[in-house]
Amino acid sequence: MMNSMLEISLALLSLAAAGCMYRLLKGPSISDRIAALDTIGILLLSMIAVLGMLEGTSAYFDIILVIGIVTFIGTTAFARYIERGAVLEDE
Amino acid sequence: MNDLWSAASGLMVLFGSIISLFSAFGLIRLPDVYLRSHAATKSATLGVLFILTGAFLYFAAVQGQFSVKLLLGIVFVFLTGPVAGHLNARAAYRTGVGMWDRSVRDDLKAALKKEREEAESKRTELIRRSEAD
Repeated sequence: MMNSMLEISLALLSLAAAGCMYRLLKGPSISDRIAALDTIGILLLSMIAVLGMLEGTSAYFDIILVIGIVTFIGTTAFARYIERGAVLEDE
Repeated sequence: MNDLWSAASGLMVLFGSIISLFSAFGLIRLPDVYLRSHAATKSATLGVLFILTGAFLYFAAVQGQFSVKLLLGIVFVFLTGPVAGHLNARAAYRTGVGMWDRSVRDDLKAALKKEREEAESKRTELIRRSEAD
């Protein structure tokens, strides 16, 4: 019963990621794409958590942390880039 | 007892993925960047928190494995999700991405204009002073 619940939620999460993919491809502005990419990263993170529950292993928890950090840093870098024209500014 | 805990965590995961689906729906349907980032940030973060909390409960109660890494992931997503959304919306406003044409109020416009004028007058003052020297 729990396994089928987890499989259903995996399917729902993939559907949500496909919806974000639509916004990522369509735009219209760069900020829309960044928001969609951020959401896709977060959805990927939760998919991996669900996968770990399905297989009953705790080996995937490191991946959750790494994807969370990379998503945040990527969004920050993109936002800084479109606001100031550079990711790292030299004084 | 184990069955109860696994059913509870499965329900939490299911609920979280339904919330994530709603957030993707908002990302598709809402009309401009700011409204979309509202959908993408708040409800996606809530959905992920539900899913990770369900996984944490499952591993703690059913497998008997108290995972600090998962707890760290929950705290990290809870802190960084809103910050990333804020940075993105700020960058969008400052690069001039337009609002929905039926938006009724924009308080930031006047404040940003005042800030830019002050910066401009300070700069011309500095230039004037350096030329006088």
